[in-house]
Amino acid sequence: MSELIKQISDPVLEIRDLSVSYNKDKSAVTAVSAGIKKNRVTAIMGPSGCGKSTLLRAINRMHDLYPNVETVGDIFLNGEDTADMSTMMLRRKIGMVFQRPNPFPTMSIHDNVIAGYKLNGIRLQKSDKNDIVEKSLRDVALWDEVKDSLIKKGTFLSGGQQQRLCIARALAFKPDVILLDEPTSALDPVATKKVEELLMQLKKDYTIVMVTHNMAQAARISDFSMFMYLGELIEYGKTKDMFIKPIDTRTEEYLTGKFS
Amino acid sequence: MISSERVVKIVLFLSSLLIILVTAGMVLSLMNGSIPVFKEIGLRFIISSQWNPTEGSEEYGAMAFIAGTLMTSFIAIIICFPLAFSTSLFIGEYYSGTRIARIVGTLVDMLAGIPSIVYGLWGFYVLRPLIVDLGLNAQGFGIFTAGVVLAIMIIPYATSISTEIIKMVSSDLKEAAYSLGATRREVILNVLIPNARSGIFTSFVLAFGRALGETMAVTMLIGNANIIPDSIFGAGNTMASVIANQFGEAEGLKLSALITIGLLLFVITGIINGIGKLIIKKFNS
Amino acid sequence: MAFAKQISGEGALKRRVVKNRLFAGSVIFFSMLTISPILLIVYKLVAKGYRQINIDFFTKKAPDTYEAMVAVGAGEVIPGGILNGIAGTLYMVFIASLIAIPVGLLIGIFLYDQQSKRYAGVVRDVVDILQGVPSIVLGLIAYFWVVKNITNGFSALAGSTALAIMMMPLIIRSTEETLKMIPETIIEAGFALGVPYHKIILRVLIPSGFSGLLTGILLAISRIIGETAPLMLTALGSMQVNFQIDKPTSAIPLLIWEFYNDPNMVDLIWSSSLLLMMMVLLLNLLSRQIIARRS
Repeated sequence: MSELIKQISDPVLEIRDLSVSYNKDKSAVTAVSAGIKKNRVTAIMGPSGCGKSTLLRAINRMHDLYPNVETVGDIFLNGEDTADMSTMMLRRKIGMVFQRPNPFPTMSIHDNVIAGYKLNGIRLQKSDKNDIVEKSLRDVALWDEVKDSLIKKGTFLSGGQQQRLCIARALAFKPDVILLDEPTSALDPVATKKVEELLMQLKKDYTIVMVTHNMAQAARISDFSMFMYLGELIEYGKTKDMFIKPIDTRTEEYLTGKFS
Repeated sequence: MISSERVVKIVLFLSSLLIILVTAGMVLSLMNGSIPVFKEIGLRFIISSQWNPTEGSEEYGAMAFIAGTLMTSFIAIIICFPLAFSTSLFIGEYYSGTRIARIVGTLVDMLAGIPSIVYGLWGFYVLRPLIVDLGLNAQGFGIFTAGVVLAIMIIPYATSISTEIIKMVSSDLKEAAYSLGATRREVILNVLIPNARSGIFTSFVLAFGRALGETMAVTMLIGNANIIPDSIFGAGNTMASVIANQFGEAEGLKLSALITIGLLLFVITGIINGIGKLIIKKFNS
Repeated sequence: MAFAKQISGEGALKRRVVKNRLFAGSVIFFSMLTISPILLIVYKLVAKGYRQINIDFFTKKAPDTYEAMVAVGAGEVIPGGILNGIAGTLYMVFIASLIAIPVGLLIGIFLYDQQSKRYAGVVRDVVDILQGVPSIVLGLIAYFWVVKNITNGFSALAGSTALAIMMMPLIIRSTEETLKMIPETIIEAGFALGVPYHKIILRVLIPSGFSGLLTGILLAISRIIGETAPLMLTALGSMQVNFQIDKPTSAIPLLIWEFYNDPNMVDLIWSSSLLLMMMVLLLNLLSRQIIARRS
C-alpha cells in the first residue's frame, strides 16, 4: 500500500499502518495506510461491516471514548502526530458529521451553530457570535431558510435542513478536515442532492472525507476513492480511474454490484 | 348461559373496583375521623403550631409537624442530591455496562431493602454520637440528624430513575459534542443534563415524596418535640413521627387531631407524587 | 478570529482538562460515599449481632427484662430468642399474602386486558396513589377498619390488612409489566384453538409469566417484611407466640422496637436486625436469581 501514500503529494492527513479492533481477536480495520489530499473530497466505500466507519472514526480518535476499542498506528495532521495532541484540540481541527442528523434538541438553531464554542467554554462577544452563525449558515446555504427563526429549536427543521445545520456546526470552528459518516443515508433524494452540492462547494475551503455506501454518490462528488473490504484497504486512487478501470478484482466485483 | 369469557371479565372488573373502593374508603375514613377537629378547631388546625393535650385547655395544631416534615425532607433531598446524582452518572455514564457499575447498582438497591427501623438504630448508635461530637446538638437528636438518615434512605429511589434517564440520552448526541472537542464534563453539563433534566427532576420529586412519609427512623432521631424547630439542628416532630409517637395514648379530640394529620400527610404525598407522575408522562410523550 | 486562538491557548486547555478530572473524581468520590452506608450498616449488624445468633435465637421466645438484666449483669449472652417475633412476622406476612396476591394478580390481569381503556387509566392512577401512601397512614386505616370494627382489639389480622394494602400496588404493577412482555402470538394461538378465556389466563398467561409474577411477589414481600410503624398501630406486639388471628401478635421489627426501648435488652437489637435484613436480602437474591435464570 505504500505506493498509495506517494500518490498523494503534500497530504493534509496521513494514515500509517492503522489497525482498530473492538476485541482482542477480531480486527475491524487492518493495517491501513493512506494520505488524504487537501481541498478534495475523498470517499470511503465498501460493503457494510468492511470497517469504513471505523476507519473514519479513528481519524478524530472517537474510539478513545470506548475503552474496549484498541487502535494501533499513526495519523498525522499537517505533519503533526495526532497522538501527541489532546483529543479536544484534534477534534476542533477535524469536524465530524454523523449518519443521522443530530442537532442538540435542547439548543436553538443559533446555539447549535456555535455549540462548539459553548462546549469548549469559549466566550464570544455577541457580534462575533452573530457573525459566526451567519457565516456558517450561509456556507451551508441554510441562512435564507432559517434567518427569521434562529431562536427556534434545531429539531423543528426538516431532516435535510437538520443535516446542513450539523454541517454548519462542524464548520463554525473552521476545521482543517471534515469527516462525514454516510451523511445522506437518512435523507430523501432532494435533500441528498442539496447536501452533495454543498460538499462540492465546501471543498474550496475544506478537506472532506466521506464514508458512503452509495457508489453513485462517490462517483458524483468525490475526487479520490478508497475501497475497503473486510477491514483492509483494497484499492485507493482517483475516483475516475477507479470507476473506469479498477485494479483489484474485488473492487471490480463491488463496483459491478456482485456484492454489497 | 353466560359465557366463561364474560364471567372472567366480570371478576376482573370487580377486583379493579375493589382497589378503588379501598382507596376511596381510606379517604372517607380519614375524613370521617377528622370531623371532630374541624368542628372544634376548624381550619386554624392547619396554621396553628400549638399542641396541648392537657384536659380543659386542649389545643391542637399541625403547623409544627408540617414544618418538621418539610424541613427534614428538604435537608434529605439537599444531601441526597450530590450523592444520588453522582451515583447515577457513575452507573449510567462513566462506567455504564461494566461490572463495577453493576456492583455499585446492587449495593444502592440494597439500601432500599434495609428496614426503616434498622436505619433508625444505625442513626441512633453511629450518627447521633457524631452529631454530639461535632457540637451540632447536645443530645444529637433533631431535624438535621433525621434529615441525614432520610437522605441515605431515599438515595435508591432518586438513583434508579435518574440512571435510566441518563442511559437513555442517545450516544449520537454525546458523540456530536465530543466531535466538537468537548471534554466529558462539558458533554455531561451541556448535553446530558439538559436532555435528561425533566427525568432527573422527577426522580428527585418522587424521592422527596418518599421522605415525607418515612416514619420509624425519623421517630427515633428527630427528638420528638411538638414545636416548630428553632434551627435545623433543633428537635422537632414530623407528621408521620407524631402519629407513631402519640397514637398509643390518644383518645377523643387528640385521636382526631392525629387522624387529621394523617389525612394531611396523605394529601401532601399524593400531590407530590402526582406532580412527579405528570412530569414523567410529559417526558415520555 | 484571533480571540478564539487566544482563549483556546495551552492554559485554557489545561484548565479544562483539570476541571474534567476534578469532575470525574468527585463523581467517583460521591458514588463511593453513597455506597458506604450500606457497607457500614451491614458491618455494624454483623459485628454486634453474630454472637447472639444461635439455636435458641430461633427456638425460644424473647426474654423478659429481668432475665436480660441478670445476664447482662453477669456479662453473659442474653438468654432466649425471638421466636415470637419470627412466628408473628411469618404469620402476618402469610395472611397479608393470602389477601394481596390473588387481588393483586386479578387487578394486574385486568389492567393488562384493558390496556389503554380510559377506566384502566383511572385504576392505574389509583394504584399509583395507593403506592405513594405512607405506611403509617395505612396503619391508621387498618386500626379503624379492623382493630375498631372487626377484631375489637389489636390483632394479627389488623397488621396483615395494613401490610396487604402495601403489597397490592407492588404486585399489580409487576403483574401488568410481566404480562405485557408475553408475546401476543402465544395468546392468539390459544384463542385460535378455541380455548375459553379463563383457561387462557390460567393455562397460558400465568404459566408463561410465572417467573416474573413470582419475582414481583417476592419483591413485594421484601418491601413489607421490615415494616414497623403500621404494625405498632395494629398488631401491637406480644410476648407469646400467637397464631390467633384476632389477638395481638409480635413481629421481628416490633421486637426490635421493644428491645430498643428497654435498656436491659438493648443488646438484642443487633441480632434481630441482622436476621431481618438477611431475610430481605434473601428475598431479593432469590428474585434476582429467578430473573437471571429466565433470561
